[in-house]
Amino acid sequence: MALILDHVSHIYEEGTSMEAAALKDVNLVIPDGQFIGLIGHTGSGKSTLVQHLNGLMKPTSGTVYYNGADIHEDGFDRKNLRSKVGLVFQYPEHQLFETDVFKDVCFGPKNMGLEEKEVQLRAYGALKQVGLADEYFYQSPFDLSGGQKRRVAIAGVLAMKPEVLILDEPTAGLDPKGRDEILDQIALLRKETGITVVLVSHSMEDVAKYVDRIIVMNRGSVMFDDEPRKVFRHVQALEEVGLAAPQVTYIMQELKRNGLDVDTDAITVGEARDGILEALERRKK
Amino acid sequence: MLRDITLGQYYQADSVIHRLDPRVKLSATVLFIISLFVVDNWVGYVIAAVFLACMVKISKVPFRFMVKGMKSIVFLLLIAVAFNLFLTPGEAVFSVWKLTVTREGVRIAAMMAVRLVFLIIGSSLMTLTTTPNNLTDGMEKLMAPLKIFHVPVHEVAMMMSIALRFIPILLEETDKIMKAQIARGADFESGNLVKKAKAMVPLLVPLFISAFRRANDLAMAMEARCYRGGEHRTKMKPLIYHKRDRIGYLVMFAYLAACIYFGRIVTLPAVWGMVWNRNA
Repeated sequence: MALILDHVSHIYEEGTSMEAAALKDVNLVIPDGQFIGLIGHTGSGKSTLVQHLNGLMKPTSGTVYYNGADIHEDGFDRKNLRSKVGLVFQYPEHQLFETDVFKDVCFGPKNMGLEEKEVQLRAYGALKQVGLADEYFYQSPFDLSGGQKRRVAIAGVLAMKPEVLILDEPTAGLDPKGRDEILDQIALLRKETGITVVLVSHSMEDVAKYVDRIIVMNRGSVMFDDEPRKVFRHVQALEEVGLAAPQVTYIMQELKRNGLDVDTDAITVGEARDGILEALERRKK
Repeated sequence: MLRDITLGQYYQADSVIHRLDPRVKLSATVLFIISLFVVDNWVGYVIAAVFLACMVKISKVPFRFMVKGMKSIVFLLLIAVAFNLFLTPGEAVFSVWKLTVTREGVRIAAMMAVRLVFLIIGSSLMTLTTTPNNLTDGMEKLMAPLKIFHVPVHEVAMMMSIALRFIPILLEETDKIMKAQIARGADFESGNLVKKAKAMVPLLVPLFISAFRRANDLAMAMEARCYRGGEHRTKMKPLIYHKRDRIGYLVMFAYLAACIYFGRIVTLPAVWGMVWNRNA
């Protein structure tokens, strides 16, 4: 049991005319090793939620537990928590500041008070994990392309060797190729290290292919929390809150309506292809 | 984290003060400041206090928002009070070491403190009830006569509105970068002064880069819309005086007159005399 949110609510600017509830009574269990997609429309409370997971924000009411300990209790080591629960913000490349890429990635592990050698080992390992070529290691981070900068920023968090990695919209503003590369890299990383990954996104397409579980947020509350294919059955409810199921799900449902007996639970292009071929095969017989 | 800076922060509410023409509010603020420096007896300050309290009440802005803006001048206030308290020559009240507190010193220090506090509350009342856009619009209109002297009024107003607009954006950005670095284990709070200053580098470098990026984007966007400023530009919402604005001016001048009359011309015994005569 890694992270538990128990009746967590958060209200911004409480007691003013700008008062707004960002989270309303959220209860979640995030067990070790799961790959979770956190989905919601803009302003649904996704970003607020993830900032509660590493103690950057304090719930207005409710409790967050990490390995059974209340993270806002006096004496709880929140600095240590932040190295265990690594959070990569939206547009993380905006946080780069050092003179070269390698030094920037060293920032996290250095803050943990590790030895110089260990710091460098971790930085090197993290840069390899995100698939950045060696030739960029000693360049200024500001000379890199958008996609490369983002990799460096993600490496900056990975270098702390977190047990839980949270990525807030890691593909925002990237082209389709850059998006696929980053997501594949994250999936590979998770396969190799077995860490828990929470992927925040507003695109079902991004998430459907990779995750074991989808949490859908709407207006600060958890709307669905289930396996992807089960969540995608609620196409209409999802559309009502400004989200959509993956395009293949729509195609499969349309095919079914038109008489082809396919399995409408397919959520990736590969699954859909197999399903359609199977149905056609059945039809021939 | 960084939201306790009131300057340029608009507080949304529905009140008469919010609806007033920005020109009225600007002139009123100037008049109010003048009034603070005109009065030199306590009757004047009581009038100013009552007037200010009424305005705050009418504006529907919670009082703690005004107090928030005060935090930043506490230090300045203390220095001003200390200097006046100790360095004004006159009749000694008591002395500590080489410093002597005089009766005149106490009087001037108290006045100075009250003036500064009222001044801050008065001007934050204006910024809290006026959107930055309205404010600069008002300024542009008020300063229009200066064009005769080749003062680039429109450009100055534009620069001011951009600067004001960027305050919340940059604050938000600071907040975001700070959080991102804290998530990477940065520590902005503990340590001595040198360590704290060093800890600011991971915050300031990204902040400067982002400020330049935003400035660049904005310049580009303005160019793309063929902005050239100055002559012949019309406004989407031109400023027009309504009845409430004329009443606002009247109230303001009445207040100033009262301040000058009671706070300056009529001295204390005379006021007592008036009350006395009426009773008699």
